[in-house]
Amino acid sequence: STHPPPASTEALTIGMVGSGPAGFYTAQHLLRNLPNVKIDMYEALPVPYGLVRFGVAPDHPEVKNVIHKFETIAQDPRFRFIGNVRIGHDLDLAELKPRYDALILSYGASQDQRLGLPDEDAIPNVFSARAFVGWYNGLPEHRDLNPDLESSDTAVVIGQGNVALDVARVLLMPLDELAKTDITEHALEALRRSKIRHVHLIGRRGPLQASFTAKELREMIALPDTKLHLDVPLLQSQMEAGSAILSKERPRRRLMELLLKGATNPLSNTSPTSKSWSLKFLSSPIHLVTNPTTQALEGLQLEKNRLEGPLNAPRAVGTGEIEEIPCGLLLRSIGYKSVPLQGLPFDSKRGMIPNVRGKVQNEDSFTSGIYVAGWLKRGPTGVIAATMYDAIETADTIINDIQKGELQPRIGPTVPPGFKGLESMLRARGVKVVDFHAWKKIDEVEVAEGTPKGKPREKVVEVDKMMEIAGR
Amino acid sequence: HKAVEKPKTGEGLQVNYITPDGEKVTVYAKEGDNLLDIAHANDIDLEGACEGSLACSTCHVIVEDKYYDQLEEPSDEENDMLDLAFGLTETSRLGCQVIMSKELDGITVRLPSATRNLQVEKLR
Ligand SMILES: Cc1cc2nc3c(=O)[nH]c(=O)nc-3n(C[C@H](O)[C@H](O)[C@H](O)COP(=O)(O)OP(=O)(O)OC[C@H]3O[C@@H](n4cnc5c(N)ncnc54)[C@H](O)[C@@H]3O)c2cc1C
Ligand code: FES
Repeated sequence: STHPPPASTEALTIGMVGSGPAGFYTAQHLLRNLPNVKIDMYEALPVPYGLVRFGVAPDHPEVKNVIHKFETIAQDPRFRFIGNVRIGHDLDLAELKPRYDALILSYGASQDQRLGLPDEDAIPNVFSARAFVGWYNGLPEHRDLNPDLESSDTAVVIGQGNVALDVARVLLMPLDELAKTDITEHALEALRRSKIRHVHLIGRRGPLQASFTAKELREMIALPDTKLHLDVPLLQSQMEAGSAILSKERPRRRLMELLLKGATNPLSNTSPTSKSWSLKFLSSPIHLVTNPTTQALEGLQLEKNRLEGPLNAPRAVGTGEIEEIPCGLLLRSIGYKSVPLQGLPFDSKRGMIPNVRGKVQNEDSFTSGIYVAGWLKRGPTGVIAATMYDAIETADTIINDIQKGELQPRIGPTVPPGFKGLESMLRARGVKVVDFHAWKKIDEVEVAEGTPKGKPREKVVEVDKMMEIAGR
Repeated sequence: HKAVEKPKTGEGLQVNYITPDGEKVTVYAKEGDNLLDIAHANDIDLEGACEGSLACSTCHVIVEDKYYDQLEEPSDEENDMLDLAFGLTETSRLGCQVIMSKELDGITVRLPSATRNLQVEKLR
């Protein structure tokens, strides 16, 4: 680029929405490359880190080590965490916009995809995996979910991705292991009383299309006293038919080999187990079966599918053949979904804001200077590593725009930049802000409450209680 | 995960990192330290989100052929994570799993570039 970097006296004020990995990694890259930047990060909840806190499974503490990095970023004097402020509710995007030279939206995916079955929302004990995960991970919104784990020994999970494996593992893993994690006390209590022994994971298409990854599958296969059931001849024939693809795709090949090994392991086949999980392929849910008098969930009707079209991306086509499996708990895990923000374009099919390398398209004076990162940018899939790479890409796009002189200065020098002018507006609206120091108070209380129980922390699950501890 | 001690000047095993910008950085390390910790001790920007506990793949490095063959085979767990690495190659490894030994003296590893085509001038 021929344009010089911004003069060192000229400070840039950047606003961010969402404090998950996308937000923190974008902030890190900007702080590293722009000496004079100031970053205000808005977060709807009083507590930071998004799905690292509320998504990642409690028995995966190693994954949460990334929080140490985020804490270092938050200590930078040019960075400010503004918790308990929901953009689009407490403050509008239109109110933020004039105060910032650029806005980065990294607010993730806060909704979930629905099955589209009649009565899906009315029948008790039918939940989204998002809600179930939120319940055991202490998301305030779902702390009162109260799933019934005692009326039946069988749960069904619709979906065959990593989130589906996470919830299946939490339902089947030994309690003494779970008790040492940061799982919420209310979930641990319910799981202690749980009668669930069998979990079926339902997939529309075949084994080659399963979207979980090897680490999570390996953990499932290693569960004690638990057997894996799947249609081995189907798996073998699919592996054979897809051998050309598998020879070129190492991750998929390794995954299929592990699956075959797990399903044919002679040891677990001879010794009886009290628990089981199954992967049911080529099946679509079509009807929830309830008890006519109690309305309680009793089963799920599935239609058998066959695959049509290209081997690398086949479609599932219903055959008309129906199968019914009994179950008393149903979790749909067919994806998260982002929500639009007023004034911005939105691709509702892919659940993301249309963008090129993180820059929001449809340029007019409102959308110019707006960028996206993370699940909101590329759709709700991918691990933290993928989120990190795309956060760096977004930061690079912004830096490039600054160098090219394409970033318009914020509108109106009459309003003070950044949070300063918004603070009084929030106060007038009765919104109390949780800064990083106040979050650390909550953090300390959580760790102190966890320690005597041998847990890394006991999460505070009520917003009111969080605010009280934060002294707000 | 630990802060590594640097060897005395003129001693130690040589490690060359090629940064995403193509810059070669040569550092010296002690036997037994891993490539992630060594990078951090020398301010080389290699991410290590899970702090070396085989749960992320952000410490992905691409090893020069002749040294790749000297390394012990990756474990199943390392391969599981490598499968998720961005821009996986035939000689990819996780930096936190490559432990320096005398045989590896002089090793060169490349840090994959996070963004493919975008050329950003360093502002620092
Ligand atoms: C159940 C589950 C388990 C997972 N396990 C793993 C794992 O083991 N390993 C791994 O690498 N990856 C895992 N992932 C993936 C990982 O969590 C994502 O890659 C990553 O969190 C996406 O980051 P993000 O910043 O885009 O979104 P998020 O992490 O969702 O962060 C978005 C943030 O924005 C906030 N927000 C939302 N709306 C607003 C608003 N209007 N105003 C202000 N703030 C707002 C939210 O409260 C949230 O804090 C898992 C995901 C799920 C769902
Ligand atoms: S730092 Fe996470 S796998 Fe190496």
